[in-house]
Amino acid sequence: MDKTCPGLKEAVAEIPDGAVVMIGGFGGSGAPIELIHTLIDAGPKNLTVINNNAGNGKIGIAAMIDAGMVAKMICSFPKSSDPRAFTDRYMAGEIELELVPQGTLAERIRAGGAGIPAFYTPSSYGTELAEGKPVAEFDGRPYVQERWLKADYALIKAELADPYGNLTYRMAARNFNPLMAAAAEKTIVQAHKIVPAGDIEPEQVITPGIFVDKIVEVADAKQEEELIRAGVTYD
Amino acid sequence: MTDVKLSNAQIAWRAAQDIEDGAYVNLGIGFPEMVAQYTVEGREAIFHTENGVLNFGPAPKPGEEDWDLINAGKKAVTLKPGAAFFHHADSFGMVRGGHLDVAILGALQVAQNGDLANWRVGNKGVPAVGGAMDLVHGAKRVAVITDHVTKKGDPKLVDSCTFPLTGVGCVTRVYTSLAVVDIEDGHFVLREKLPQLSMDELRAVTGAELHLDGDVGELIVPEL
Repeated sequence: MDKTCPGLKEAVAEIPDGAVVMIGGFGGSGAPIELIHTLIDAGPKNLTVINNNAGNGKIGIAAMIDAGMVAKMICSFPKSSDPRAFTDRYMAGEIELELVPQGTLAERIRAGGAGIPAFYTPSSYGTELAEGKPVAEFDGRPYVQERWLKADYALIKAELADPYGNLTYRMAARNFNPLMAAAAEKTIVQAHKIVPAGDIEPEQVITPGIFVDKIVEVADAKQEEELIRAGVTYD
Repeated sequence: MTDVKLSNAQIAWRAAQDIEDGAYVNLGIGFPEMVAQYTVEGREAIFHTENGVLNFGPAPKPGEEDWDLINAGKKAVTLKPGAAFFHHADSFGMVRGGHLDVAILGALQVAQNGDLANWRVGNKGVPAVGGAMDLVHGAKRVAVITDHVTKKGDPKLVDSCTFPLTGVGCVTRVYTSLAVVDIEDGHFVLREKLPQLSMDELRAVTGAELHLDGDVGELIVPEL
């Protein structure tokens, strides 16, 4: 089996207008910048993007928003050191926002990958984010029903990958990546290095290859936070 | 009313005194992060951050940051021996699953029944909640550190919150610039107050009744 894809362009070419796309990362750590920028080059429109945040500066998801590709964001924290891209569109009514508590976002994505259509959580009970959602009591405490989140595509940043799609992650760049890899119909990975099968110890695999469809090696991948601090822009 | 009050560092110091040895602790973004500087000598606290790190340490020196090693506030941190990485669902499982000993958070308002408002002032602008609504559930103690009043002088300890809620009945203790207050059975119970402050002065800046349960301790904090 070989899930290796020759280039970034080939990896994202099939993502169509209107797709729901999960993008890994928490702020700049674990953000697949090269996959995102190649997707902007390809230019599908009317996307729903799922990420913890809603872009920072003029790169990554912020650049997608600036390019007018994003119809809706599902996220927990659409603020950053430079949130202008999302803020401008949101205040102008040009982008939809589904705000989800961070732990609920993670669990909804996990549930999507695990085939659990709904679950109950204490988070958001009694707040405006629970309005309209079913509530049930368990052991005398109220819980809010939340539904799974699934996507057509996930864009993931990994440290190592093997041709079977087994993945490892670098430090806290793991965050949402393993959850999203499981919750998307097709999972596209940029890995710092693709190694031969067997070179990742089975005990060290974080995302098993069954969740992965395409892998591209991006050896000189940029770190989003470093790009932002250097004032880099997509164009 | 005297204008005596604790600085933010002193409030953080007081909150840190209650962190027991071996505790797993989550500190909210911003002011609560300051608590880590004042952990009591000889006690070990293991800090958790929502984005998937246990047992992280202080910020690295400028220039030595690794931006894949950050906390929930997206600030660079370091690792201590015995640290662990995990994904976001495991991280919030630690929170909601009751595995944290204490979460220390900031507040816009705390109500006498333990309701917390700390994520949004009104309906203007871009709403952003992050992990606030999750962190208030599950930790064995949910403590708040805050100035006793707003910049305008309005009480932050109130009858019932007027700002949008983060969680219902979730706060167990509040460390303010003037006092330490527990929340028990829907009431504020005063535990400690600055000795320079009279009960009347404290009640005048508190937006709900302060109950007494035995002696009120003196809130004495070193100069920091």
